[in-house]
Amino acid sequence: MAFNIVVLLKRVPDTESKITLRDNAVVTDGLNFVLDPYAEYGLEKALQLVEQHGGKVTAVLFGPEDAKETIRKALAVGADEAIHIVDPALEGGDAGTTARVLAAALKKIPFDMVWAGKQAVDDDNAQVPVRVAELLDLPHVNSVIEFEPAADGKAARCVREVDGERDVMVTSLPAVFTAQQGLGEVRYPSLKGIMGAKKKPITDWNAAALGIDPAQVGKAGARVEILKLEPPPARPPGKIIPGDAETAAKELARLLHEEAKVI
Amino acid sequence: MSNNILIVAEGRAEGLKKVSFELVNTAQQLAAALGGAVEGVVIGSNVGAWAEALVKAGLAKVYVADDAGLGAFAPESFADALAQVIKLAQPAIVLFGATGWGKEVSARTAAKLDWGLVTDCIAAHVENGALVLTRPIYSGKAIAQVRAKSLPVMVSIRPNIVPPVEANNPAAPIEKVAVTLKEPRAKVVETVVKAKSKVDLGEANIVVSGGRGVKGPEGFAPVQELADTLGGALGASRAAVDAGWIDYTHQVGQTGKTVAPKLYIAAGISGAIQHLAGMSSSKVIVAINKDPDAPIFKIADYGVVGDLFQVLPALNGEIKKLG
Ligand SMILES: Cc1cc2nc3c(=O)[nH]c(=O)nc-3n(C[C@H](O)[C@H](O)[C@H](O)COP(=O)(O)OP(=O)(O)OC[C@H]3O[C@@H](n4cnc5c(N)ncnc54)[C@H](O)[C@@H]3O)c2cc1C
Ligand SMILES: Nc1ncnc2c1ncn2[C@@H]1O[C@H](COP(=O)(O)O)[C@@H](O)[C@H]1O
Repeated sequence: MAFNIVVLLKRVPDTESKITLRDNAVVTDGLNFVLDPYAEYGLEKALQLVEQHGGKVTAVLFGPEDAKETIRKALAVGADEAIHIVDPALEGGDAGTTARVLAAALKKIPFDMVWAGKQAVDDDNAQVPVRVAELLDLPHVNSVIEFEPAADGKAARCVREVDGERDVMVTSLPAVFTAQQGLGEVRYPSLKGIMGAKKKPITDWNAAALGIDPAQVGKAGARVEILKLEPPPARPPGKIIPGDAETAAKELARLLHEEAKVI
Repeated sequence: MSNNILIVAEGRAEGLKKVSFELVNTAQQLAAALGGAVEGVVIGSNVGAWAEALVKAGLAKVYVADDAGLGAFAPESFADALAQVIKLAQPAIVLFGATGWGKEVSARTAAKLDWGLVTDCIAAHVENGALVLTRPIYSGKAIAQVRAKSLPVMVSIRPNIVPPVEANNPAAPIEKVAVTLKEPRAKVVETVVKAKSKVDLGEANIVVSGGRGVKGPEGFAPVQELADTLGGALGASRAAVDAGWIDYTHQVGQTGKTVAPKLYIAAGISGAIQHLAGMSSSKVIVAINKDPDAPIFKIADYGVVGDLFQVLPALNGEIKKLG
């Protein structure tokens, strides 16, 4: 029972980074880019499954040319090969067009499972992998924190966390899974891994290679578009309430009651 | 396609979630601008009680897809059922609650029908005839205005952003929809942890949360007491959940629940970006932390620098005095 596993990886700014906006876009100069942390949990699970059962991990990332650096990180921790979907004609779309691009790529790769993140920490869409599953007519399980393949390798049992509940879900394979924090600790690349990554193949695919209709993707295919990006409205400066615990508590209760009128 | 707006109601064993009635409120505002009617849909198995609750919410019609195949959650079946209702109702906009369930079902249905979908919105309005949605991105570090280039489109709206409508209107007509379902390949076979807090975290008007600063499971006692006094829900940071002090069902943040109560009290929580992503749209934020430099103070409306084990009981006493 060996598994061919595809991991959908997105390149995102490190969550700690400061986001600067200019002309309704994020200023990317100087931003530290990382693999989407939720997708990274999926990558870790894929690596573990292949270590245990054999098979292959293929990383697929759709993003601009300079995302190659981020793809190398996936190869450095153990992905066997990578596909970089890179073509300016595919950019500027929405979650629907991204899913279409990824689904077109997946049609060209044999796999038993696809792992992705439950949401990307940049756009927080939480919809691309589920759309991919539907486009490929595959089952999906969202927000997975435990995963066990069946002995025959044709099904899987998952525990998933959603809306404060934990469910056990079973599915046949192939299927799409999205990873939630808790699925496992991610590994860091070793020096050997980093060196080895340089020799691993990264294949570039463009719109033509995917055989995709340009009208269906990018700006032209998008159903929704960003009009404006703004910093969050500044919260009025907060009040630090002075005094010892008793005094501060008394004043806080008064303010919540009389000023904020929330209690 | 009509100009109508269809809201997708969501329930649990105890009944419909409050967000379902909040969606009606948002839908009414949009319908007024677009000149359409507001309709609702209930899907599930044995959902008669949910339908009865929804018909009084001031809707023009309630579609009910009640099918034994929609008992245990199966994403494929729910998307299938909903797509069939949508084909019948022909709405211009379909609204979901931005819950885990709503986000999952909307994404699968949107792909099936080839519609656009804007998730996790905190406002919706019509501008020059187009639907414009407001949503936080980058864990709340930026706010995007997203325009639907055309209709129809699906949208999910965060719970607690607008007040729910009252369900005391004359009953709307029910249209039963017989759906045809295939055997789903992925399905829930067991629920191991049920949401069990007295007040549902996602819907609570007041949330009192504890973090690593509570130092152990017993440390949640003063947090819980204050929540009880305020009739609020108990929340927690991931650090407290990971330490095993409190159940995951209480977790607030990117990997837990997104909350937007009118009052959020964070005690012993530093204010990491992933925690803020889950609570920064709360109306009033109170931080209690002994470190004056804790980042949580940057977004707090009121802050107390001090020991939570002294401040919380004192605050509890003062609030009780207010009666
Ligand atoms: C992918 C990912 C997803 C994540 N998702 C979430 C999420 O959904 N939710 C979440 O919360 N976190 C999440 N995290 C974790 C997050 O980054 C922080 O580690 C976590 O929020 C810290 O919790 P905390 O504030 O309770 O602990 P700490 O950061 O350790 O802060 C404890 C605070 O308590 C204060 N304190 C200590 N003693 C007292 C006292 N006696 N009285 C008053 N104050 C006291 C300290 O000054 C300190 O500020 C996620 C992280 C990652 C990488
Ligand atoms: N451009 C992309 N390339 C590869 N995978 C992606 C891309 N966008 C989204 N994904 C996958 O989908 C997950 C959820 O993304 P989203 O739906 O955008 O929140 C991510 O964690 C990735 O696993």
